Amino acid sequence: MSSNEIKTVEGTGIPLVLDDIDTDRIIPARFLRCVTFEGLGDHLFEDDRAQDADHPFNQPQYRNASILITGRNFGCGSSREHAPQSLMRWGIRAIVAESHAEIFFGNCASLGIVAATADRNDLETLAALVTQNPDCRLTVDLESLCVTAGGQSVPVRIPDSARTALITGQWDYLSRLLSAQGAVTAHAATIPYLNDFPD
Amino acid sequence: MSDTRNLFNKVWDLHSVRTLPDGQTQLFIGLHLIHEVTSPQAFEILRERGLQVAFPQRTFATVDHVIPTADQSRPFQDELAEQMMSAIERNCREFGITLLNLDDRRQGIVHVVGPEQGLTQPGMTIVCGDSHTSTHGAFGSIAIGIGTSNVAQVLATQTMFLNRPAVRRVVVNGQLSPGVFAKDVILHIIRKLGVQGGVGYAYEYAGTTFDAMSMEERMTVCNMSIEGGARCGYINPDETTVDYLRGRPFAPQGDSFDRAAAWWLSLASSDDAEFDDEVEFDAADIEPTVTWGITPAQSVGISEKLPHVSDFPSEEQTLVREALEFMGLQEGAPIAGTKIDVAFIGSCTNSRISDLRQAADVVRGHRVADGVRAIVVPGSQQVREQAMNEGLHEVFEAAGFEWRGAGCSMCLAMNPDRLQGREVCASSSNRNFKGRQGSPVGRTLLMSPAMVAAAAVQGHVTDIREFALAPV
Repeated sequence: MSSNEIKTVEGTGIPLVLDDIDTDRIIPARFLRCVTFEGLGDHLFEDDRAQDADHPFNQPQYRNASILITGRNFGCGSSREHAPQSLMRWGIRAIVAESHAEIFFGNCASLGIVAATADRNDLETLAALVTQNPDCRLTVDLESLCVTAGGQSVPVRIPDSARTALITGQWDYLSRLLSAQGAVTAHAATIPYLNDFPD
Repeated sequence: MSDTRNLFNKVWDLHSVRTLPDGQTQLFIGLHLIHEVTSPQAFEILRERGLQVAFPQRTFATVDHVIPTADQSRPFQDELAEQMMSAIERNCREFGITLLNLDDRRQGIVHVVGPEQGLTQPGMTIVCGDSHTSTHGAFGSIAIGIGTSNVAQVLATQTMFLNRPAVRRVVVNGQLSPGVFAKDVILHIIRKLGVQGGVGYAYEYAGTTFDAMSMEERMTVCNMSIEGGARCGYINPDETTVDYLRGRPFAPQGDSFDRAAAWWLSLASSDDAEFDDEVEFDAADIEPTVTWGITPAQSVGISEKLPHVSDFPSEEQTLVREALEFMGLQEGAPIAGTKIDVAFIGSCTNSRISDLRQAADVVRGHRVADGVRAIVVPGSQQVREQAMNEGLHEVFEAAGFEWRGAGCSMCLAMNPDRLQGREVCASSSNRNFKGRQGSPVGRTLLMSPAMVAAAAVQGHVTDIREFALAPV
């Protein structure tokens, strides 16, 4: 059994059900002036938090949360992997949203962060549950494709490729890509612009 | 029988190394562009695993995000920025990658430099650790932004895994009115389709409006595909594309160019090409467009008023209220007349020579309004040089604009160029997100370079079509 296998994520939740939260808000650009991802968790949502004392990421009852409940188009904008890195380093292991922006989703996949989607009313239900009882334990189950919490269960979706990779522990995409390097070299010989545009 | 695959699918199929049982494609990447912000951690991954760069000759680096545009002497005053510079210099040296550094006349914003040097060509797969990589789709390539883990994957293997997106043809037909630019076209499309409308799609921009555009205008359109949720957008190669590339340093030369051009043109989607979706707009409906909110879809035509919260479906009203409150704007108020503090002409969206010419034409003979800070930041050293040969810097400086060195500058505030406090910036860049321009409470109004120039002169948002008639 691979230690990379992620079949479930269990923990408490943090509710932030807003739409179009971009990666500049998740981690403002000034914190991208770095050559490692270390310490980024300290600056997660820094500017939003400074402007809103009630921001969920300011509230101590959510400090140990590992499952983020959010809205539509989460992680839109900049491709910065610093965004999922800052979430992960803060403690987030799963993001259940109405939808994820594509580059953000791809970054999560490479980091082994579960990025799943659910219907809006189910997200509101989960958010209400977590708000009422921040200690409530949630389980994101990738095998049965649901989130269970407080005796309730709501369905979630995740693309097959990401789901399979997480469940089987094969989300180290670099290793999988490297295994085909012979085929890659052979393929390069068929690309016209790498071969002086043969007639 | 004709090939009914659209350009996207032809190029995708050509680069498909293998398809996994889960449906993902291992896609060969023809051109990998890197910069100082999203690459250092990727090179560390290579070092940790003892890997080399698989195709260093297909990898090119430049520096753009963190560099100051005023005082560019080394070491930079910002130690963190200097560290990032040192890192990319060392990484390129150790891994054998060409770096277009500050002391190289070819340096500039990565999405300006790639096309300018002829690195960007039709039929390629192009990636870069930057979401505005979609710019390169203007040439009829598949060009997508990626994260740092992906950068490591592409460095080590020249491939990455992707799920094939659906392709939506976005048709715009007709002639643009005077004062309406490529920027207005893409802002209009994003306004109509939404910031998440393109998720899961590649956009093919087609129709007579795009046919008539220059390559620089096409780059402006494709650049902002990602703001509409589409990871890439492209325009079919045609004679305009071929003419642009002829003679560029990294373009094929001589007989090779002729063979290349024939191949490029053969990739274009044919009239009977198939698409997963199609939407159509009329160029005559597009006005000079300005954003009023905190997403690029929150925009209006210059003659319109801001929408009312109640105009939106209930699930969107929270975001609209948040945007109005942050921007300090009133629902139902006209956008024209909105006061500005800063005018920024630059960014990978609108910093090319044609953008600077349009802006210079507007400011010629005028002065920047009292209290407005105005800067022009060319997209590359070559754009800067060309503009200076044409005397554009004198036009800008005479009007009170600062004339800067090439870089990303105030688009994203990773360098000294930033908004202060709640300043309002008329900006030719691509994102009006909260805090995007460096002040957490700074405010951005996106518009075309000509509209930025007019706003700089008037001190408030102005209809470029009326500007010529306005008293100085």
